[in-house]
Amino acid sequence: MTVNGKKPKFAMYWAASCGGCEIAVLNIHEKILDVDANFDVVFWPVAMDAKYKDVEAMEDGSILLTLFNGGIRNDENEHLAKLLRRKTKILVAFGSCACEGCIPGLANLGNVGEIVHTAFNTITTDNPHEIYPRISFDVPEGELHIPKLAPMLRPLDQVVDVDYYMPGCPPESHQIAAVVDLVIKVVKGEAELPPKGSVIGVGDSTVCDECPRARNVKTIKSFKRIQDIAPVDPDLCLLEQGIPCNGPATRSGCNARCPNVGAQCIGCYGPAEGVIDYGARLITAFASVVDAKEPEEIEQILDGIPDPTGQVYRFNLAGSLLKANREAWKVK
Amino acid sequence: MTEKFEPTIIGFTCNWCSYRAADLAGTARMKYAPNVRLVRLMCSGRLDPTFVLRALSNGADGVMITGCHPGECHYLEQNYKALRRFLLLRRVLKGMGIEPERVKLVWASAAEGARFANETTTFVEEIRNLGPLNWGRFIKQEAEINESLHEEVPA
Repeated sequence: MTVNGKKPKFAMYWAASCGGCEIAVLNIHEKILDVDANFDVVFWPVAMDAKYKDVEAMEDGSILLTLFNGGIRNDENEHLAKLLRRKTKILVAFGSCACEGCIPGLANLGNVGEIVHTAFNTITTDNPHEIYPRISFDVPEGELHIPKLAPMLRPLDQVVDVDYYMPGCPPESHQIAAVVDLVIKVVKGEAELPPKGSVIGVGDSTVCDECPRARNVKTIKSFKRIQDIAPVDPDLCLLEQGIPCNGPATRSGCNARCPNVGAQCIGCYGPAEGVIDYGARLITAFASVVDAKEPEEIEQILDGIPDPTGQVYRFNLAGSLLKANREAWKVK
Repeated sequence: MTEKFEPTIIGFTCNWCSYRAADLAGTARMKYAPNVRLVRLMCSGRLDPTFVLRALSNGADGVMITGCHPGECHYLEQNYKALRRFLLLRRVLKGMGIEPERVKLVWASAAEGARFANETTTFVEEIRNLGPLNWGRFIKQEAEINESLHEEVPA
């Protein structure tokens, strides 16, 4: 349980993320007490007060386990990613954002200017004087700085070396509990760590394999949004009903949570084992079920997917082969 | 730019038809644009969209996919599958800011060497008009950014 008479150190950090990953960790219920019993929590901004300079003062490699969630969107995220990499033995890209960009990664479809404009000058924002944030600002007490946005969002492994990946938006609590158990066993010398670079806390197949819905011969004549189908057949494969379900390309591990309750898989567990580009696999899957041979008819069926890029790269854009829309990398 | 832009194009050909069409164009000594690097697949249905994305992200300016005419596939219906993938892929590329015209699907039978040569030349001109894609350079730039990330952080 202890290393040199001391509990090993644990850290968790959020970069460009929503905070759902932190909630998922707390959702492991009483298992969180095991974390506290076995680890010395040294840095976890959402749960305790700690300053960046405290982390900077730590010895390199002194933190045993860091769960890093969120993508790298600004220079503060980048600084912390590099800092925690130096201080940590086992750095885990925790959650879809750190693994592959997730929803914040969809901002890679536009450029930084558009992001700032959307946030500060659209109909939902009362900003008559068009006041925009500045990177630095002089106040009587000195100069204030806010983090600078990067041209695009990058998953953690495009910035630093990552030891393990734990996908999911957020990772399922039972999977987190299993990983916590494993790490505690490793600390006690009862288990071995998986090989570096492994994806942990997941299944080794696709969501379809965990999905209880019946699959027949998949052929469809139209794609529809789920709200336009009434009622949705509770036992039949959603893709066969014409609902673009991302299950065929998505890694298992969630027990097919969404299809189980009648909603299509949106792909938060990322690419299945062996898939290089998530979107490409999904293009293949969707194209296979379209029951048409004439280009005009195929196009008509494909019109049923209003946003093909967003559909096939919902969680994976920043981690895909192309990474971003051409707009995003026109750096000003 | 004073030098004429020479597009780099990756071509995926089917073993049973278009690859032989290219062969025929070669043995018949037909002249066509030399910009296409051919990769032979067993069937256009083998074309995983990953191949196209990887080509474009690694510096290709365009990708040409060729297969047997509809109804003539050696594996019954796989060229229809290629057609559907191609049409969906083009839509996705458009969303990424890439002109859909950079990916082209051509049907050419083993006897159509001339057609293969003409389509290639036309495609090269189309890509020349679109200009370089430069996604490869972007990736390289990004690698340089990553390089700078290995600088020491204050600690």
